[in-house]
Amino acid sequence: MKKTLALLALAGTLATGAASARNVTLLNVSYDPTRELYQDLDRAFAAQWKAQHGDTITIQMSHGGSGKQAGAVINGLPADVVTLALAPDIDAIAARGLISRDWQKRLPDNASPYTSTIVFLVRKGNPKHIRDWPDLVRPGVQVITPNPKTSGGARWNFLAAWGYALQQPGGNEAKARAFTHELLQHVPVLDTGARGATNTFVQRGVGDVLIAWENEALLAQKEFGKTAFEIVVPSVSILAEPPVAVVDANVAKDGNRAVAEAYLKFLYTPEAQAIEARNFYRPRLPDVAAKYAGAFPRVKTFTIDQLFGGWRKAQAKFFADGGVFDQIGPGS
Amino acid sequence: MAGRRRVLPGFGLALGYTLACLGLLVLLPLAALVWKASGIGMAGLLHLLATPRTQAALRLSFGAAFIAALANAAFGLLVAWVLVRYRFPGRRLLDALVDLPFALPTAVAGIALTALYAPNGWLGQTLATFGLRVAYTRLGIGVAMVFVGFPFVVRTVQPVLAALDRDMEEAAESLGARRAQTFVRVILPMLAPALLTGFALALARAVGEYGSVIFIAGNIPMRSEIAPLLIVQKLEAFDYAGAAALGVVMLGFSLLLLLALSLLQRRSRRWAEQPA
Repeated sequence: MKKTLALLALAGTLATGAASARNVTLLNVSYDPTRELYQDLDRAFAAQWKAQHGDTITIQMSHGGSGKQAGAVINGLPADVVTLALAPDIDAIAARGLISRDWQKRLPDNASPYTSTIVFLVRKGNPKHIRDWPDLVRPGVQVITPNPKTSGGARWNFLAAWGYALQQPGGNEAKARAFTHELLQHVPVLDTGARGATNTFVQRGVGDVLIAWENEALLAQKEFGKTAFEIVVPSVSILAEPPVAVVDANVAKDGNRAVAEAYLKFLYTPEAQAIEARNFYRPRLPDVAAKYAGAFPRVKTFTIDQLFGGWRKAQAKFFADGGVFDQIGPGS
Repeated sequence: MAGRRRVLPGFGLALGYTLACLGLLVLLPLAALVWKASGIGMAGLLHLLATPRTQAALRLSFGAAFIAALANAAFGLLVAWVLVRYRFPGRRLLDALVDLPFALPTAVAGIALTALYAPNGWLGQTLATFGLRVAYTRLGIGVAMVFVGFPFVVRTVQPVLAALDRDMEEAAESLGARRAQTFVRVILPMLAPALLTGFALALARAVGEYGSVIFIAGNIPMRSEIAPLLIVQKLEAFDYAGAAALGVVMLGFSLLLLLALSLLQRRSRRWAEQPA
């Protein structure tokens, strides 16, 4: 018996050694603003894997609103990995049995290799003198943020505003609710996604301030030049942790588990972390973060676990049907 | 009467084919929709309908579509009239342009309209000086709906108008009818069935329109949120039964509207064919 096992193992090693020039195709289903990021990451990973194992890896990308992407995977899009904007979208896939429920514990740092935060983008010269959250609710200030029901980024925006108000001296639940309600009444256009909101603000010239992902704001600034827009960092913001996971049911079917897991682990390596930093995502590794410290403004952040008891609670309380957002959103 | 030959042989085959096509392409997806919606139950459906936000979205979708279809009926009739009754250079080009809204992806139309009517857009800037805002208001929704529904009325009225006997108009004139009388009592009744068809098509198109409206609408709940957006929101919250139920509600309303219009059309046809 032992002998057979040993033989089998030997045969297995020989087989993998012999079939060295495999072609592997991975499908990474991601959210909207990561197009540029994963272009660079995929190239680096494919090169590294080729050097180490000899296989040719092709990584196909699919981008779209985070919730819509999760829905596509639930409905059968054969994603090997998902790299989405927020944990509830991966939870929704897990709830349908496609991903193990403990997915967030399988990788370090809540399974989010990079982070971002929420900042303000204002027009050149900051004509409305926007410095911090309270400035957004001054009379005559128009705020652009997408609909949290359809946009992952907008949920971070909402929670950042709520969290700010909650942490003020004398802050409490009622005050946070009042502040966020007031803020949402300053929103003239509720886009369905983060990119749509950026377009409304940048291209259509609507609104005085865009609440945005830091990576999206830095990218807009890179595309349109520092002269057109300015980034304003509020006194406190949320630490946004976009998570990643292997889709267990799909990798089991196409036998890509090893590559898919290596791909996600690669995102935590110094090489990948540097790519992430260059694409305006904050790296987790302290020495990479130190190297790129100049690229990111200093900001005091809180996490969703600290203030809201995790995503599962926050999702149910704020964004479920009839939840807080439905009660205090624009037009209420 | 075996001599009564039809142009196409094989009535049985043709009917069978028609039914199979209709069944596969139209009825099957609709049945799937109803089946998916049944997950929500009667109580869930009533609750959904009782929500002010659902009501506001439905009212907006159907109301704006109705107004847009009315505008298209008037404007389309005028365009059809010009294209049929007058000869002028560029007429053929104009005629070809009418169909463009059909060919354009609706998202492209939406982005183009928004760019044009946004506060910093060319038309938006000018209109803003008169205090008129189009993009991100209900007016914008109407504009997008007029755009996508425009070809229907023109294309339904045009052939009827072209085939219209001028003798009737001349007879009316010789009997002493004024121009307005000729138009309202002679021409309009004959055009009414085609006009109603065009109106119904434009209405149906506008009710279901998503792609172009979404860019120009502003999408603020209770104010500028159309019912199809509410469906998409339910889908993105993984509430498939709720989304399907709202779809069925829209379908039901549309069906009622189209039935009413076809009844009206039947009556108008009888009216038109009545010996005067």
